[in-house]
Amino acid sequence: MPDSSSPTQAPNRSRPNHPSAPEPAAATRPSNFARSTTPNPQEAEALARAQAGDHQAFAQLYALHKRRIYSLCLRMVGNIAEAEDLTQEAFLQLHRKIATFRGDSAFSTWLHRLAINVVLMQLRKKGLSLISLDEAMEPTPEDGPSRSFGAPDLTLAGAIDRLALERAVAELPAGYRLIFILHDVEGFEHNEIASMLDCSIGNSKSQLHKARLKLRDALRAQSREEERL
Amino acid sequence: MTGDPSKMTCAEFQAHLSELIASGEDISAHAHIQSCENCRAFLADLETIAEAARQLFPSVEPSDKVWEQIQSAIAQDEDDGIDPGLTPQRP
Repeated sequence: MPDSSSPTQAPNRSRPNHPSAPEPAAATRPSNFARSTTPNPQEAEALARAQAGDHQAFAQLYALHKRRIYSLCLRMVGNIAEAEDLTQEAFLQLHRKIATFRGDSAFSTWLHRLAINVVLMQLRKKGLSLISLDEAMEPTPEDGPSRSFGAPDLTLAGAIDRLALERAVAELPAGYRLIFILHDVEGFEHNEIASMLDCSIGNSKSQLHKARLKLRDALRAQSREEERL
Repeated sequence: MTGDPSKMTCAEFQAHLSELIASGEDISAHAHIQSCENCRAFLADLETIAEAARQLFPSVEPSDKVWEQIQSAIAQDEDDGIDPGLTPQRP
């Protein structure tokens, strides 16, 4: 059982408000995420100790990764309570499996893959069309974006309403949404996404392109609707 | 599709764009893009969406309750005799 009164803290990092909840790693711009996944000595040490059963070290890993894992969950499900439940489940799974991590991939990539599986399991429970990660990566043809060949009335540049885009992302099929969030929002590289999702780099690129196409379709449809009103 | 990329129609180019991207080809250097303003605008739209995405969904922290519940669940695991490390490595 972790010592809730004094979990291990990151060096040189104060926690004035929440003694039982270690301070997270400094927030980074999402687009910097991939670069921030480079192993650091602090994480490596905490990981080794957590694998040996040190609860304070596990608390430190939670502090380092909770923001990113929670944000991923929230972006995928769009509901705070549900995202918190998923975050809890992801870290519980991490605790159960951490001793088996062998470093074949970056720890953060491994943890993200674990969290993604938790999210996908939840989506499946909710009866969404997403049945498995394989299917997420192979959307049915009717899920695919329409094509507007060379249409001259695009001009989204500089005119994307953030809320409209967030709505459009929320309405993407889960597989597309996952790829889009991982790459364009969180800043993972295609090779990292391929590792997380067990797919090829080309597949990751292709699915991202289709996700962007679907978003463009949705934004244009919304724009046309607004013009009509 | 015609064999000459410079003679592709917009429909052909866009229909194969996903495959081109997957192959790692430099799309901006593609012969069709070099000569087609509409498809350049089309790609610019997609890039605009990607740029806008970076402003979406600010990164946020979970409430303290989450950590408390994780600790509680871990304690329950330990009470139940669940031994970390028995599950396969692949999460």
